[in-house]
Amino acid sequence: MRLEIDIRKTLQSGDRRFELEAAFSSQDDLTVVFGASGSGKSLTIQAIAGLVTPERGRIAVDGAALFDAGQRINLPARKRGVGYLFQDYALFPHLTVRENIGYPLKKYLYFNLLSDARQEVTEIMESFEITHLAASYPAELSGGQKQRVALARAMIKKPSILLLDEPFSALDSMLRHRMRMELLEIRQRFGVPLVVITHDPADVEVFGDTLVVFANGRVEEVSSRKKLTVPQDEDGWRTKVCWRAQWKKENLAAQRLVPASGI
Amino acid sequence: MPDLTPLWLTLRVASCATLITFIFAVAFAWLTARFTFWGRDFLDAILTLPLVMPPTVLGYYLIVVWGRNGWLGAWLHAHLGISLMFTWQGAVLAATVVAFPLLFKSARAAFEGVSTEYEQAARILGDTELRVFCRITLPLAARGLLAGTMLAFARAMGDFGATLMVAGNIEGKTQTASMAVFDAVQAGNYTLANTLVIIMSVVCVTILVMTNKLASRGRAGR
Repeated sequence: MRLEIDIRKTLQSGDRRFELEAAFSSQDDLTVVFGASGSGKSLTIQAIAGLVTPERGRIAVDGAALFDAGQRINLPARKRGVGYLFQDYALFPHLTVRENIGYPLKKYLYFNLLSDARQEVTEIMESFEITHLAASYPAELSGGQKQRVALARAMIKKPSILLLDEPFSALDSMLRHRMRMELLEIRQRFGVPLVVITHDPADVEVFGDTLVVFANGRVEEVSSRKKLTVPQDEDGWRTKVCWRAQWKKENLAAQRLVPASGI
Repeated sequence: MPDLTPLWLTLRVASCATLITFIFAVAFAWLTARFTFWGRDFLDAILTLPLVMPPTVLGYYLIVVWGRNGWLGAWLHAHLGISLMFTWQGAVLAATVVAFPLLFKSARAAFEGVSTEYEQAARILGDTELRVFCRITLPLAARGLLAGTMLAFARAMGDFGATLMVAGNIEGKTQTASMAVFDAVQAGNYTLANTLVIIMSVVCVTILVMTNKLASRGRAGR
């Protein structure tokens, strides 16, 4: 995957003014955008998804421009083919888990899903192990279940890139570790590149093949680490945990993990 | 058996007025809830004005605009030969205007209560703006819209002043229930007055109870 971003955006609200100048590119399938809140990282992935329109610049995934102010290209969000995991998941509260996941497949407003679409929903629910939740409403789910449902809904249309906005901040720390591993598995199973926004250094260890550090609306640092073999499905927990620990050691040694501004 | 014609006329007038007011109120509510534009607060104030203005003043404005010599009324009369004054359609016009702010306010609050994040999620999942509105915004705002519609209906049913100015009080033609009550009391016909008053009270109480139920279930709901 190749992600190229070079955008400018100014936000003004009363006397407060925020200027975003984001320019970076990533060749890796695991990219972490790291920074304190208010550093402009959320705004940047919202721009990738087409939720905000920059004033100038260009956004391209695998060479295809999603936004290019010079060439007057600005694909609407629905045509960008990106997946997006909202911080609090944004599951539609009036729809069941099954309806939420099938949402993007629905062609006609007031008719049921076509039978292949129904089959697709059933399959993806099986692969995320949420079949037993099919008839539940989002309000009845736990944090981890909500995240799985949201991931299944984001993945069902096979996006070319999956953007995740602080994906683990709403979970407790035990669950956080588990969901990180699950996300890595999903990445492998679907072969989808991930861009993870976070202010949690632990996410950098796991997902930061390319690390982009934001501060005050600017990209402060872009760095990539040399590749190690990513654990396979059959490797089991121990390998995965060791793999993580190894990163931690390496990264601490390199003092690259914690940006100069501190956390 | 007292003559219940005014009651049927009231139902017809209130139903038509609620329907018309629904379309405009929902459109304006969505516009003001979802977009920030120059003069939005002023527009909101103008649209809410019928709530606080004396109904007779409101009726006077309606005559100025829709009367035979009014800004729009003159055009209607000259080109289509229609006049709304002293017809039941005129009563619908008056009821529409007085009921509008109630529905507009509830609808705006309902739309503002729908998190824009759901709409953004729907866009990313492939929906056009129209589909986002039909599949996300409208269903999530439905309770608030329904409650507002019922309030508007109750208000449209009870209007006196504005309807009197625009449509008059013509027995069997534009005499709505609230005017029939007034006439009945003036004429000392307490049987008719009591009947109408009891029916209107029951309808209004029922509507309010149902509205409150909707509102409280909306708060506790998913």
